[in-house]
Amino acid sequence: MDFLTDMWGFMKARKKFWLAPLIVVLLLIGALLVLGGGSAIAPFIYTLF
Amino acid sequence: MLILGISAFYHDSAAAIIEDGEVIAAAQEERFTRKKHDPDFPVNAARFCLEYAGRSINEVDAVVFYDKPLLKFERLLETYYAYAPKGLKSFMMSMPVWLKEKLFLKTLIWEALDTIEKVDRKKVKLLFPEHHLSHAASAFYPSSYDRAAILTIDGVGEWATASICLGEGNKITILKELDFPHSLGLLYSAVTYFCGFKVNSGEYKLMGLAPYGNPNSQQVERFVNIIKNNLVEVKADGSIFLNQDYFNYATGLRMVYDDKWEQLFGFPRRDSESLLEQNHCDLALAIQQVTEEVVLNLGKEAKKLTNADYLCMAGGVALNCVANGKLDDAKIFKEIFITPAAGDAGGALGAAYAAHYIYYGNERKVDPAKLDALKGSYLGTEHSDMEILSVAKKYRAPYKQFDTEDALVEKAAALIADGNIIGWHQGRMEFGPRALGARSIIADARNPEMQKKLNLKIKYREGFRPFAPVVPIEDVSEYFEHEGNSPYMLLVKKVKESRRIPYPANFDAKELLDKLYFLRSDIPSITHIDYSARIQTVHRETNLRFWKLLNEFKKITGYSVMVNTSFNVRGEPIVNTPEDSYRCFMRTDMDYLIIGNFIFDKKDQPEWKEKDDWRNEFSLD
Repeated sequence: MDFLTDMWGFMKARKKFWLAPLIVVLLLIGALLVLGGGSAIAPFIYTLF
Repeated sequence: MLILGISAFYHDSAAAIIEDGEVIAAAQEERFTRKKHDPDFPVNAARFCLEYAGRSINEVDAVVFYDKPLLKFERLLETYYAYAPKGLKSFMMSMPVWLKEKLFLKTLIWEALDTIEKVDRKKVKLLFPEHHLSHAASAFYPSSYDRAAILTIDGVGEWATASICLGEGNKITILKELDFPHSLGLLYSAVTYFCGFKVNSGEYKLMGLAPYGNPNSQQVERFVNIIKNNLVEVKADGSIFLNQDYFNYATGLRMVYDDKWEQLFGFPRRDSESLLEQNHCDLALAIQQVTEEVVLNLGKEAKKLTNADYLCMAGGVALNCVANGKLDDAKIFKEIFITPAAGDAGGALGAAYAAHYIYYGNERKVDPAKLDALKGSYLGTEHSDMEILSVAKKYRAPYKQFDTEDALVEKAAALIADGNIIGWHQGRMEFGPRALGARSIIADARNPEMQKKLNLKIKYREGFRPFAPVVPIEDVSEYFEHEGNSPYMLLVKKVKESRRIPYPANFDAKELLDKLYFLRSDIPSITHIDYSARIQTVHRETNLRFWKLLNEFKKITGYSVMVNTSFNVRGEPIVNTPEDSYRCFMRTDMDYLIIGNFIFDKKDQPEWKEKDDWRNEFSLD
């Protein structure tokens, strides 16, 4: 819940509501990756973070 | 007002604590866990900071994380979106990390702090300043300037990769930013990668390799032109534009497209640990020259925008002390202050300062008489005689204890003058990547064999790597073309011309190793191949014992310069405890170990028995 509030506040502050559908889709794909056993090993190039 | 700053989850995690604007303690997590560049939440460092301050976590007003995770997530998403479908593999690797951990950073931080002591989440605030603001704060607030330009340059934070700010009183105003993917830090890291060194730790090696490049050769000129015509557009205002056709870091898992770079430069990417060739040296020199040009442009732009007399610097690129030296020589500013923990570890301290002055609006008092407010960067752990004796007992290690500081210093100076290499563990550990005389290995700079011996028998690292000199501030201009201070080893200047030995004929045509063993000056161990030296000035106000040691050495030898290198072996974090020091001492060819007032002579120590090859304990950096 905390996360959703933060995300909403963030999009409001940055005026980036167009990101919302993108975030939802990406999160869904990401969730599938996690459920599919995707590893949480951090990629070695730090720019990704 | 008590504030705990945290940097974590990327590289070099650290914690720092400030009380009423005064820094009390700061340390990197790697020193406790013995994992170099440890990215994990700094539980040990945070616990140490709280203990040193004598406070409980629930007495803290705010915990401050050094960047904004959601803004970083926005950058990731927009980057993937812009490049889609390219970057799918990278996306598939990074999303689980974010979805499992980083998007829920608040929870992660609270839970980690709970392991120290259950935190009252209603009472303690959790704040997230921007990455480059944390860097800017880490440089400006502890400086002795009331008004200064601030330059931060690194790989990338959230979006920004460089920023120019103005610091005035307790305020920092961001004036200009350069955004991802255009990044001087990432350009330098890309070349680091192509030359076979590790990104995020090998940049120093590349900088040290650059002077072996031939400045008069057509090849260096050609490489500079290739870089500027194909890889990066350098603009007069300090901004740069990286041609993403050649870089893979935005969406891939490598820094560059190896095949395209191979075509550009005419040689393949070097495998790590393979032989270094002139091509690598010349490319290192070329990228160093481009970096210096961009840093100078940024300095000029900062001056134009702020008209300030002073400059403060932070960010990983501010650790490029050769570029810093050139910027200082350009005399754009009266003085430059570079914060000692300029990399991400220092973000912990900067975040704490930013909360204190910007979020809470506290008044800032500057003491212009002081060098800065960082206490020489001696902000880490310190150890009692009892702890030292306990290690001596554990390893049945014979020692000699000195009653007075003067007697100890006299003995140490005499040992160094006799050619011995000393492990020097004194007082509070340094905060930041450099050993500054608290956890150092020290030796005689006049000895022409010392660089080779230290590299190969003590540090077990590449033979070409240079060593830095340490000198009392009063004597700096006797040895170097430098008048001011350089307390954190972040300025490279030339050794005085009168001390140099001229290059032999055909020097440029010689092989790397032949160049290495050419005697460069009367202090050869700290004179790099281009007569440069990464100076550390020692100040009696911040490290009296070290200052006395150098002056005692001068009484014996006529020289007050010594070699100062970090107390560790390759791949190992700098030592923290007396036990770390004793182990490192026994595993290497150091002659004496001095911890506090105790001297351990290698000849008297029992045989060191280790079942496993200790070199496997630390992976090579």
